[in-house]
Amino acid sequence: MSDNITKGKMIKPENLVYTKSRVMTDNVTSYCPGCGHGTAHRIIAEVIEEMDIQSEIIGVAPVGCSVLMYDFLDLDIQQAAHGRAPAVATAIKRLMPEKFVFTYQDDGDLAAIGTAETIHACNRGENIMIVFINNGIYGMTGGQMAPTTLEGMKSSTSPYGRDVATMGNPLKMTDIVATLPGTYYVTRQSVQKPANVRKTKKAIRKALEYQKLNRGTCFIEIVSNCPSGWKMTPVESNKWMEDTMFPYYPLGDFKVPEED
Amino acid sequence: MAKVKGSIVVDIEKCKGCELCVYACPTQVIAMSPDVNVKGYHYAEDVNPDACTGCTNCAVVCPDGVITVYRMKV
Repeated sequence: MSDNITKGKMIKPENLVYTKSRVMTDNVTSYCPGCGHGTAHRIIAEVIEEMDIQSEIIGVAPVGCSVLMYDFLDLDIQQAAHGRAPAVATAIKRLMPEKFVFTYQDDGDLAAIGTAETIHACNRGENIMIVFINNGIYGMTGGQMAPTTLEGMKSSTSPYGRDVATMGNPLKMTDIVATLPGTYYVTRQSVQKPANVRKTKKAIRKALEYQKLNRGTCFIEIVSNCPSGWKMTPVESNKWMEDTMFPYYPLGDFKVPEED
Repeated sequence: MAKVKGSIVVDIEKCKGCELCVYACPTQVIAMSPDVNVKGYHYAEDVNPDACTGCTNCAVVCPDGVITVYRMKV
C-alpha cells in the first residue's frame, strides 16, 4: 500500500466519519477544559440529530454550570429555578405530551435543592428524561461541598475533607430513584473514555425511545469530572474519578425494562 | 487486504487544550502543539498523521467537539 495519500485527498465529504452535530451551535462552550459537560451536551445533540427530533424536543436547564445550555444546543430550552427542572418539565410534558422533554441537571441542583422535585417527578412517573451530571461538587459557584461529595473529599466548604459524622453521607440519587415505581429506566454512566461515551449515548437514545412510547421517567446519571473544582488537570481528574468515584458510584443499569 | 487510513482536522481556535484526545488515541497520532491559539491554549494537532486509522476515539471524547474525522480505504 502506498503512504502517499495526502491529507487533502482524504478530506472530502464522502470520507467524513465524524463531525460535531449540527444540533450544537457554533458557540464555544463556557465549560472549563476537559469538563464532561461538553461531552454530555455533544452526545445529547448527536442522539437528537440521529432521531431527527430537533423541532420536537424541549430541554429544561436549571441552575448550575449547565445554565447556559440554550447557548450551546440549538433547541427549545426553558430555564427553571434552582432545582425545579423536573417540576417545570412535568408542566411542559403535560401541556404538550407530543413533545420530547428532558432536564439536564447537576448534582448541586438535582441532589440538593431539587431533591423533592426530582423524587416526586420520578414517583409520579412523569414521562420525561432526566440527565443528572454528578461531579461531586458545586462547580459553578466555586467548588463547594455538594450532597454527592465523597467522604474525605476536599472542597472549598469542607477544606479538611467531608466528615460524615457532621456532614452526612454522600447521596446516591440514582439508587434512590431506582426504587420508585414511576421510573422506567435508571442507569449510571460516564463520559471520560470513548467506550463510556458510546455507552452513555446509547442510554440517552434508549431513554428517548422509551419516552416516545410513554413508558415513564428515564433517569440517566453521568458521573463526570470537575477539573477546576477538584484542582487537577483534566487527565488527572478522569483518573481520580475512575479510582475514587467509581467504587462509590458504580456504573451500570439500575432498572432495566423487561422488554429488553 | 484493504487498509484503512484516517485523518483528523482540529478546529484550533475552539480547542481548550484538555489533552483528553491525546490519551484516547490508540495510535499516538495526537500531541499538543507548542504554539497556542488565540485564547492561549496549546491546541491538539496530528503529529503522526500516517498512523491515524480514523477510529474517531479522539472526536468522541472531545468535550468541545473540535475534531472532525475522515476515513477512507486505500
